[in-house]
Amino acid sequence: MSDLALHIPVNVIDGPTSLVFALLAAVAVGACVLMARRHLDERLVPLAGLATAFIFAAQMLNFPVAAGVSGHLLGGALAAALLGPWLGALCVTVVIVIQALLFADGAVTALGLNVVNMAVIAAFTGYGVILLALKVLPRTRFGLGVAVFAAALVSVVAASAGFVLQFWLGGEEVGQSFGAMAAAILGTHVLVGIGEGVITAGAVTAVAAARPDLVHALRGTPLARTAKESV
Amino acid sequence: MSPVDGLYRPGDSPVHRLRPQVKIVALAAFTCAIAATPREAVWAFAVYAALIAGLFALARVPFAWVLSRSLVESPFLVLALAFPFMVDGPPVHLWFLHVSEPGLWAGWNLLAKATLGVWAALVLAATTPIAGVLAGLSRLRCPEILLQITAFAIRYAHLTVAEVTQMRLARLARCDDPRFLWQAGALARSLGVVFIRSFERGERVWQAMAARGYTGRLPLDVGPAPASALQWSAALAAPALAGAIAAWTAVIA
Repeated sequence: MSDLALHIPVNVIDGPTSLVFALLAAVAVGACVLMARRHLDERLVPLAGLATAFIFAAQMLNFPVAAGVSGHLLGGALAAALLGPWLGALCVTVVIVIQALLFADGAVTALGLNVVNMAVIAAFTGYGVILLALKVLPRTRFGLGVAVFAAALVSVVAASAGFVLQFWLGGEEVGQSFGAMAAAILGTHVLVGIGEGVITAGAVTAVAAARPDLVHALRGTPLARTAKESV
Repeated sequence: MSPVDGLYRPGDSPVHRLRPQVKIVALAAFTCAIAATPREAVWAFAVYAALIAGLFALARVPFAWVLSRSLVESPFLVLALAFPFMVDGPPVHLWFLHVSEPGLWAGWNLLAKATLGVWAALVLAATTPIAGVLAGLSRLRCPEILLQITAFAIRYAHLTVAEVTQMRLARLARCDDPRFLWQAGALARSLGVVFIRSFERGERVWQAMAARGYTGRLPLDVGPAPASALQWSAALAAPALAGAIAAWTAVIA
């Protein structure tokens, strides 16, 4: 069983690029705090703290991908679907910082890069995909499941595309093989994203069935019941 | 030890006794020095490795533990090993392999710097308890709201992780042992249940806090102790040496 770290270690990306993304991350996190506080005011600290603890535990949960191989959630889309993009991105950011400082997972100098990819890009693309998909799909358990599956898949691929972009801006010169490398990274993350999608969809539909008011992406309206369920 | 406790190894070495804010700054400075060193200066990396090894010895951290914790960077090691075969450039012969020379340098660069970066971070993680790291960050003027959220998250992560473990045991006791992704339904649903419990607990905690007069900021004064000049100079000795080497190699090269 292997636990892959997708957190960027030192010097995969050069200094200037890291600095630019650190500034971007700082601005984004500042905006997340402001927006999350607008919704939660003084409830922000306990609720965001507990939600972060949940994301932390969710990442500890290893799920089987195929016999012998297991992975763990990145959690960006899960956080966005349940908590909304602002609070969701904030919680994933805190998880990334904890992992860098207490688990030596991802370099301190690469924090900005990791936060932009895994928290900001993942949460906001994930939330966007859910909202768009729910406009097209029926608001049933099945429709929500499909929407969340797509959101998680897209968010993982988008986060890895963020890494590819950073590598293109400030990584090693790999010449003409950049295309092949980018394709390999994106391709692997499509597979990771399918696993993330299945688990995230299962978790979010379970919450929606019991407490639809806690699924931020549903915006306060419960799912329509199918004929079979309402019997 | 709960997985939420980080990698802290209790001890009473000089490295353990340094104030956390000093160690955080030293880690950032050291990491920057590693990143700024040109890759051709192979001897500089040897000096960095020796410096970090000295710190591990001083903190009484066994090297086998360091190696096992270094596995977190393994995906990037794969990338480093792939570079010599992917990058265009004049080929060199290495035993029976034809690999590109710039690719070999790129791979070496990634391998050396990523490994040293993880080791430097392990020095901090192994010698500083979680509360110390938070106090150090607060001393370094990290926004208070983020630190409060982090402190809550770590405090309740113990509970949440215990809940997840409990549910896993309950599933195993009922002979649920998923081997493939499409069998993971019960796992995903239990995650949903943990979320509902966490959120409801968050609301209860807030109500309890509000009942005790909480209005959005914690009245506790948990300001950590300042570090003396001696502490600063002791902790910054290694990064200063590394920085000097980095500057030296950058000018010479």
